[in-house]
Amino acid sequence: MSGILVVAEHSGGTFKATASELLGKASQLGGTVYAAVLGDAPAASLGGFGASKVFQAAGDFGTHDSGAAADALAAIIRAADPDIVIAPASYEMRDVLPRLTARFDSAMASECNGLRIDGGKLVARRPIYAGSIESDVTISARPAFATVRPNSFDKPASTGASAPVESVAWSATTPTTKVVETLKPETRGIDLATASKVVAGGRSLKSKESFDSVIRTLGEVMGAGVGASRAATDAGYADHSEQVGQTGQTVAPNLYLAIGISGAIQHLAGMRTSKVIVAINKDPEAPIFQHASYGIVGDLFEVVPALTEALKNA
Amino acid sequence: MKIGVCAKITPDADARIKVAADGQSIVLDGVKFGISDYDEYAIEEAIRTKEKHGGEIVSFTVGDASADKQLRSGALALGVDRSVLVTENPGDPLGIAKLLAAAIQKEGGFDVVFTGKSTIDQQNFQIGTMVAELLGWAHVTQVTALEFEGNQFKATRNMDAGIRQVVAGTLPAVISCEDGLNTVRYAKLPDIMKAKKKPLDSVGAGAIGGDAGAARSSVGNLAPPPARPAGRMIEGDAATAAKELVRLLRDEAKVL
Ligand SMILES: Cc1cc2nc3c(=O)[nH]c(=O)nc-3n(C[C@H](O)[C@H](O)[C@H](O)COP(=O)(O)OP(=O)(O)OC[C@H]3O[C@@H](n4cnc5c(N)ncnc54)[C@H](O)[C@@H]3O)c2cc1C
Repeated sequence: MSGILVVAEHSGGTFKATASELLGKASQLGGTVYAAVLGDAPAASLGGFGASKVFQAAGDFGTHDSGAAADALAAIIRAADPDIVIAPASYEMRDVLPRLTARFDSAMASECNGLRIDGGKLVARRPIYAGSIESDVTISARPAFATVRPNSFDKPASTGASAPVESVAWSATTPTTKVVETLKPETRGIDLATASKVVAGGRSLKSKESFDSVIRTLGEVMGAGVGASRAATDAGYADHSEQVGQTGQTVAPNLYLAIGISGAIQHLAGMRTSKVIVAINKDPEAPIFQHASYGIVGDLFEVVPALTEALKNA
Repeated sequence: MKIGVCAKITPDADARIKVAADGQSIVLDGVKFGISDYDEYAIEEAIRTKEKHGGEIVSFTVGDASADKQLRSGALALGVDRSVLVTENPGDPLGIAKLLAAAIQKEGGFDVVFTGKSTIDQQNFQIGTMVAELLGWAHVTQVTALEFEGNQFKATRNMDAGIRQVVAGTLPAVISCEDGLNTVRYAKLPDIMKAKKKPLDSVGAGAIGGDAGAARSSVGNLAPPPARPAGRMIEGDAATAAKELVRLLRDEAKVL
C-alpha cells in the first residue's frame, strides 16, 4: 500500500476542524488518502472528506498520553504503510510525531503552512526565524512526516460518504508518563489556535477589567477567539495561554483584529499569516498598520464599543 | 543527580536575518550568535536542579568548532560543569538528535536531560522528543513547572486551548523547557574568568560512537514571507468608521 495518512484529531468524539482541513489537502495532493483515529470517534464519517479507509486504534487517549499515542500511531503506520503522514500542529502531535520520525528513521517538517509533492517527494513550506523567513523542507525518506498549522488550508464540506474502518491492535512500549491533573484556564471561550476569527488586545487596555469589557465583549459578539500581546499577558490582563506571538500561540485565522497592539516583530511572528488583518490604534505610525488589510486610526475605547454595536445591528 | 542539557548556538533573537543571494542560506555577516533562547531556560533549570539536589551538569552541543566561545560564556560561566561539543554538521534534525543521544549514552548515568522546546532559528520542536525516543526514555515537552522526588518527576506542561497538565513519570527523562519555567541568570565577570578553565571537549562523531547517517531531509528555497496586499485606512468618527469596517469585512473581505 502507499498513500497519505492523515491523523484526525478529535475532542471527546467530535473531530476537530483540522481533520477535514488535512483530509481535503491530502486529497488534492493525489494518491490514496487514509485517516488514523485514536480512541472513540465516528471514524467512518471521515470518508466524507476523502478518506478511502480509516485505521482506528482503541484505547483511552483522552488523557493526552503522548507515549501511548506514539505507540498506537506506529502500529497504524505499519498497517497502512503510507508514503506520507500528516498531522495537525497541535501540542499533542508536536509531542508525538518526532518520536515516530526517529522510530521510522525518517524526517519531519514541523508547523508547516504549505504542502506539495515534487518529484515524488513531500515538499513542505514553513516559517523559520520567527516568521521572518519561509523555507521548503524536502523529505527523501519514507514515510515523510509533517505537522500543519491550523487554518492553513480550506475545509471541505462532507460528501456524506462513509469509509471502511480497520481496527488496529497496538501495545505500549514507550516509557509512559501519567497525567495526574488537568488545569483548565479560567477564561475558556473559543480555542484561540484553531479559531477562524481572533480578537486581540494589547497593553493599551490598561486593566483586566477593561480587557474583559472591551475585548472579550467584542469577541463574544463576533464568535471569535481572544488573544493578547505579551505586554497584556505580562500585565495580567489576559491569561498567559492567550498570548499570540513568537513565545506564545501562532494563529492564522481568516480575520485577526489587533486592538491597541503596536505590531512588534515578536507579535507579528504569531499572526502575520492571518488572511485579513484589522488594526485599530491611535498612533497612525504604529508598525501594525503596515501589515493591516484595514486600519482605523482612533481611540480603541471609542472605536471598539462602536464596532461591537455595529456588529450587533449587522 | 547527573544532569544533562542540550544547547544549540543560533543567531540572537534580535538579529536581522536576511536570505543570501543563493536563496539556500542566510547572511551570517554581522550576525551575533548565542545560545538559543529556550535552551537558556534548559541551562537555568539544570543549574536550579543541581542547586536543589546536588550532582553534576554536562552540556551537549552539536555545532561548529567556534561554538566553544558561546558555551564558555553562556553555559560554563553560569554553572554547567563540563561541555561536550560534537563538531559535526548533520543535514537534518534526526541526525542532530542521533549525535546528541550518542554523546549522552557515551557519557552515561544521567537522571535527566533538559532541552529547549525548540530552537529559535529552525523552530522544529523535534530534538528533545527524538533524543528521548533514541534513548528509550520518557519525555515531557513545553514544561512550565517541574519537581523531582527520588526517581520520580512531576512536570506541568502546556496543551491546546490553554489547558495545562501535570504529568508524572519515572526517571530518566528528557524535559523540554518552555518560556515561564524559570528566569535565567546572567554570568558575573569572575565566573566568566573561571569558565575559561572548565573542561570543554570538542569531539567528532567517531569519538562518541555516533552516526548521523545521510540526511533524510533538506532545507532550501528561503525567502521572506509573501508581501501582503496594500491595506486601506478607514476614515471618519468612531461610529462611522466602525460601520464601514463591518460593511467591508462582510461584503468585500467576506470574513464575517
Ligand atoms: C524574546 C522576546 C519574545 C517576545 N515574545 C512576544 C510574543 O510572543 N508576543 C508578543 O505580543 N510580544 C512578544 N514580545 C514583546 C514585544 O516585543 C512587544 O513588547 C509587545 O508585543 C508589545 O505589546 P503591545 O503591542 O501590547 O504594547 P506596546 O508596544 O506598548 O503598544 C501599545 C499600542 O497601543 C496603542 N494605544 C495606546 N492607547 C491606545 C488607545 N486608547 N487606543 C488605541 N490604541 C492605543 C499605542 O499606540 C501602541 O501602538 C517579545 C519580546 C522579546 C524580547
